[in-house]
Amino acid sequence: MRDFQFHRPSTVAEALHLLRQASAGKLLGGGQSLLPVLKLDMAEPSDLVSLSGVTELRGIRTEGNQLIIGAFTTHAEVAASAEVRAKIPSLARLADGIGDPQVRNRGTLGGSLAHADPAADYPAAVLGLSATVHTDRRTVPADRFFTGLFETALEPDEILTAVRFTIPQRAAYAKFASHASRYAVVGVMVAQYPGGVRVGVTGAGPSAFRWTAAESALTARFAPESLAGLTYPADDLTSTPEATADYRAHLLPIMTKRAVQTALG
Amino acid sequence: MSRVTLQVNGKQVSVVVEPRTLLVELLRDKLQLTGTHVGCDTSHCGACVVHVGGRSVKSCTMLAVEADGATVTTIEGLAQGGKLHPMQESFHQHHALQCGFCTPGMIMSAIELVETRPHADEHETREWLEGNFCRCTGYHNIVKAILSCRDAMREKSA
Repeated sequence: MRDFQFHRPSTVAEALHLLRQASAGKLLGGGQSLLPVLKLDMAEPSDLVSLSGVTELRGIRTEGNQLIIGAFTTHAEVAASAEVRAKIPSLARLADGIGDPQVRNRGTLGGSLAHADPAADYPAAVLGLSATVHTDRRTVPADRFFTGLFETALEPDEILTAVRFTIPQRAAYAKFASHASRYAVVGVMVAQYPGGVRVGVTGAGPSAFRWTAAESALTARFAPESLAGLTYPADDLTSTPEATADYRAHLLPIMTKRAVQTALG
Repeated sequence: MSRVTLQVNGKQVSVVVEPRTLLVELLRDKLQLTGTHVGCDTSHCGACVVHVGGRSVKSCTMLAVEADGATVTTIEGLAQGGKLHPMQESFHQHHALQCGFCTPGMIMSAIELVETRPHADEHETREWLEGNFCRCTGYHNIVKAILSCRDAMREKSA
């Protein structure tokens, strides 16, 4: 790992200032993705600006039909939160299935989303649970946040501050996990709202996406049978030695069905 | 260089490190606490698990500077007055080790499990060990030791 200047500010404003002063600054969340990247010299920041001291980025609260989670909230905190368990239990369970207990104790919601790993779990929740991503300067709807492989709508000097999830009538996340890493080979968040059903998919493609055909079918009737005969073109999906695009296309309707079954209880 | 002041196994320590220093490097190289092991150095194997603020973390995937002001417990900090921690005792009783390389991380991880989820059953215990590899594949006795310690601690608090 190359050396860098380290900063631990206590406010978002101070963090922004430090980031702009640096020649090649990078924000540090829980470090569960960034530190492995730095060890491989795949990133060589001049400065790391840690957000661990910024208390305004922490916490979980409800406002009307929205559940708001601060960017620096860890996966373990989301999984254990009585508020999350009561309002969106599927989100608590999703967080409890990320990586392993030690990763969940350090890794953060904001860090995971800013990193935008194509196989991370949270992107499926952000898309499925009709979320908006809040930053120091604007609000980005879920549909415009993930722009490509490890790419998001965030500017280099922009800080993700919180995510507002819309509380669904019912929802469930089903993941076919990699046996080695527990990352999603295919992960699907299905959520039912009065206005329709949303289906957020992670792991399958270069970045998370919504499966709109499944959304229409499930909006017409929220039942596993509604997905009968529905397929997703493998051309748009990822092929790796672990799982080919055809295999991921095979898994996608299956995991969607499982999520619907779980949501129905 | 950055100064890091933290409490390790009940003792206040203050050391100067490069910002890129990992917590495990601070513990092993600066404080000679070599009970915490480095297995994979890629945050998969869990040999380096220690407690920071009472929660288990992989010390190969945390910067030492991020532990500034924190309370850290390593395997060396568990025994009190020459008496092993109940989890260490249980690992000993159930021969929950073969080569022993993964043992410090296993024990630190297991302690958080029984402290935070005292009702964890065998299935949950095995899932909890997701991030701790035993390449001797000695999981059976490890799980037995954890469940036995959980029962003993539950009886004690009952």
